[in-house]
Amino acid sequence: MSEKRRFALALAAACGFVLAAAAGGALLVAADLADTQRAALADIVASRAPNIVVAAALVLAAIAIALRELWRRYVVAPEQLAQDARIMLVANHAHRAPQRGSAEIAALAGIFNDFADAHAALARDVDGKVRDANARIAQERNRLAALMSELAQSVVVCNYEGRILLYNARAMQLLRKPLAGAAGGKAHSLVGLGRSVFAIFDRNLIIHALDSVHERGRQGVRNPVATFVTSAPAGQLVRVQLAPVAGAASEGAEGGAAGFVLLLDDITRRIESGHRRDRLLQSLTQGTRASLANMRAAVETVVSFPDMDKPARDRFIGIVGEEARSLSTQLDRTATEFADALRTEWPLEEMRGADLIAAARRRIEAKLGLPTKLEEVDESLWLNVDSYSLMQGITYLAARLRDEFAVREVRFALAPARALAHLDLIWTGAPLGFETTMSWQTDAMEQGGEPCPLTLGEIVERHGAEIWYQIDKPAQREYFRIAIPITRPDEAPWSAMPTADSRPEFYDFDLFHQAGQTAELDNQSLAALSYTVFDTETTGLDPSGGDEIVSIGAVRIVNGRLLDHEVFEQLVDPLRPMSAEATAVTGIESAMLQGQPTLDRVLPAFGAFCAETVLVAHNAAFDLRFLHMKEQATGVRFSQPVLDTLLLSAVLHADLATHALEDIAERMGVNPMGRHTAVGDAIMTAEVFLRMLPLLAEKGIHTLGEARAASQKTWLARLTY
Amino acid sequence: MTKKILIADDEPNIVVSLEFLMKQKGYAVKVVSNGKDALDAIADFAPDLVLLDVMMPVLSGYELAQKVRANPAWAGIRIIMLSAKGRDVEVTKGMAVGADAYVTKPFSTKDLVAKVEELLREAE
Repeated sequence: MSEKRRFALALAAACGFVLAAAAGGALLVAADLADTQRAALADIVASRAPNIVVAAALVLAAIAIALRELWRRYVVAPEQLAQDARIMLVANHAHRAPQRGSAEIAALAGIFNDFADAHAALARDVDGKVRDANARIAQERNRLAALMSELAQSVVVCNYEGRILLYNARAMQLLRKPLAGAAGGKAHSLVGLGRSVFAIFDRNLIIHALDSVHERGRQGVRNPVATFVTSAPAGQLVRVQLAPVAGAASEGAEGGAAGFVLLLDDITRRIESGHRRDRLLQSLTQGTRASLANMRAAVETVVSFPDMDKPARDRFIGIVGEEARSLSTQLDRTATEFADALRTEWPLEEMRGADLIAAARRRIEAKLGLPTKLEEVDESLWLNVDSYSLMQGITYLAARLRDEFAVREVRFALAPARALAHLDLIWTGAPLGFETTMSWQTDAMEQGGEPCPLTLGEIVERHGAEIWYQIDKPAQREYFRIAIPITRPDEAPWSAMPTADSRPEFYDFDLFHQAGQTAELDNQSLAALSYTVFDTETTGLDPSGGDEIVSIGAVRIVNGRLLDHEVFEQLVDPLRPMSAEATAVTGIESAMLQGQPTLDRVLPAFGAFCAETVLVAHNAAFDLRFLHMKEQATGVRFSQPVLDTLLLSAVLHADLATHALEDIAERMGVNPMGRHTAVGDAIMTAEVFLRMLPLLAEKGIHTLGEARAASQKTWLARLTY
Repeated sequence: MTKKILIADDEPNIVVSLEFLMKQKGYAVKVVSNGKDALDAIADFAPDLVLLDVMMPVLSGYELAQKVRANPAWAGIRIIMLSAKGRDVEVTKGMAVGADAYVTKPFSTKDLVAKVEELLREAE
């Protein structure tokens, strides 16, 4: 009821009451009078009727005015105060209630405003603290990400169910699975946030390692670690160290472990070099034993029988000569073949030669105050070095040049020479003399009170390198040349890795709290699940009529975030030509598909990409039919739960006629870019899906099970594709 | 009676010395260069002792020794294994499959001859 109407009713009631009281009073007076008096009064009233009506109207007007004022003060003002208070509380914290109405109500409004001010101050304070805390956390996260990305080891951290919640770039590189037959050696990384580590390593192996760690923990071993060697997806041998991550008492599984860390080392090359060493030893022992036996027997026979005839003696002597020659050949061959393995074990690291020189220059300039310059430096050369000791050696040479020969500047050059790199330390000045340079190599090195246990000669020897002094008379320059074997880097140079600016999200600690994925998937919150959102492009619309997949694109959603660096994108050779219509829709021509892998090679990789996630697609039935038709042929089953954005859109907007992806995207404010590429559509579907989640929640759909049930109830779901 | 020695080795340069030494000691000698021929020669030539190289083509010395030991008719044949494989495991294996002695190359010819004589004396 409107306020005016209530007032009108109240006024009518008040007037009615006054009139009724006046009429009642008049009736009582009239009843008390004698007949003559009543007649006289009636005459008086009748003759004064206009005056009485005017007086009554005045009285009623006065009542209306008084009531109006009272209404304003004691009814309207509290109502407005209540409304103002609600606005302050819910919609606009900055709103304040004006002080109106009676003095009491105005005072109440003042108190309300004071409360709101105090609340605002408190909120500002809390906001500031939250902001500070968030900034600190972000900083620590960035620091951790930076640290992880610089680690030489591969690191993968998983929660107790094997879901990856942190990894570094090295791990991403190591744990890639090359796609058989793919052009350009394309490989898909198997690590990704929220993905299962069991898609990479055998589940039983990890469980066994966890068990043994727990067992040792129970036996009182502090910080127990399990170590095992297994093979990575691409076939490398990997040494894995597993350590549990302790969780708070309230979280995680038995023993208080919230998860585990895997430290991975690619030991393929180390094992190879070990095998080479074994072969060397074997070839040296067995090979030489036989020859020595032959020689020894021949010699001893000749010695034992001095009177044997000449042909027999010549024959024995011939054998000795032959075996001696065979021994020499064998030794030569072994020395060349196993040159690397012959070197002593020494902790060497792979390093770009240019980086070594840069480090040496910094050290020489800082420690000796000696200016340095660069001549020709081949940036592509990689060396196997103990960078610190080699840098010490180079600085030591520079120091002696400065102190003993007044050299004012040194220069560096680096050039390849077959399997070696020539690292030159160059200067101009008085000739050194060969004896001097020889003694420098064997003198104890000491620089600025920093002794070094090795001599320069020993350092060089440990690198399998050689050093010598040379004079280039025409150019009037002298140099020390260190010839050092070139190595090839283990992996692509780091410049090819993501830089700090584009550092992808390698961690998501919220995954520690993610509950069981396997048992009660349907009860899980939609916001907490991991999804693979995918799309396929095909040669046509009829899978049973022979149409085939030509492209698969997929992205992942973990903890409500679209991970744009975890993308699956692969063209597929359909082994049949593209129709003109299909090319028109997809922009994919037959020529683009030549040399691409066939579906039986792509599906296992895609299967691994979406392992243990919920699949999401727009009009999923269409894409799934293509996938399911290949299950028998490829052995890859897609049995995960599936959500369809088409059906979800029908759940949200049952009254709308169209649920095409473009239309939904427009409704949801998603930018339709890169449409009709599989990965473009997958990204768009993912963004649409993410924006649907809060709308579904408003409709009371919070869990996977609820979303699936609601989807199934839509009329669209009743039409099968 | 003249004792008979079978030399089974595919390295001609050692065979020359072994054959010369054994003949000098007055033994009847037959030489073969692979395991298969050695097996045939054991049947035909009926040696008292075999100087057996471990690494031989067709049939290795280990296998040959096992075949000899599996036949009770050949129980009296003495086997000396000669090998460039000198690790403990290899010596153990040689003795386990039936060698009477395992001699690692290079060896002293004097010691070898002494071993041959000792084994043949034991067999008498």
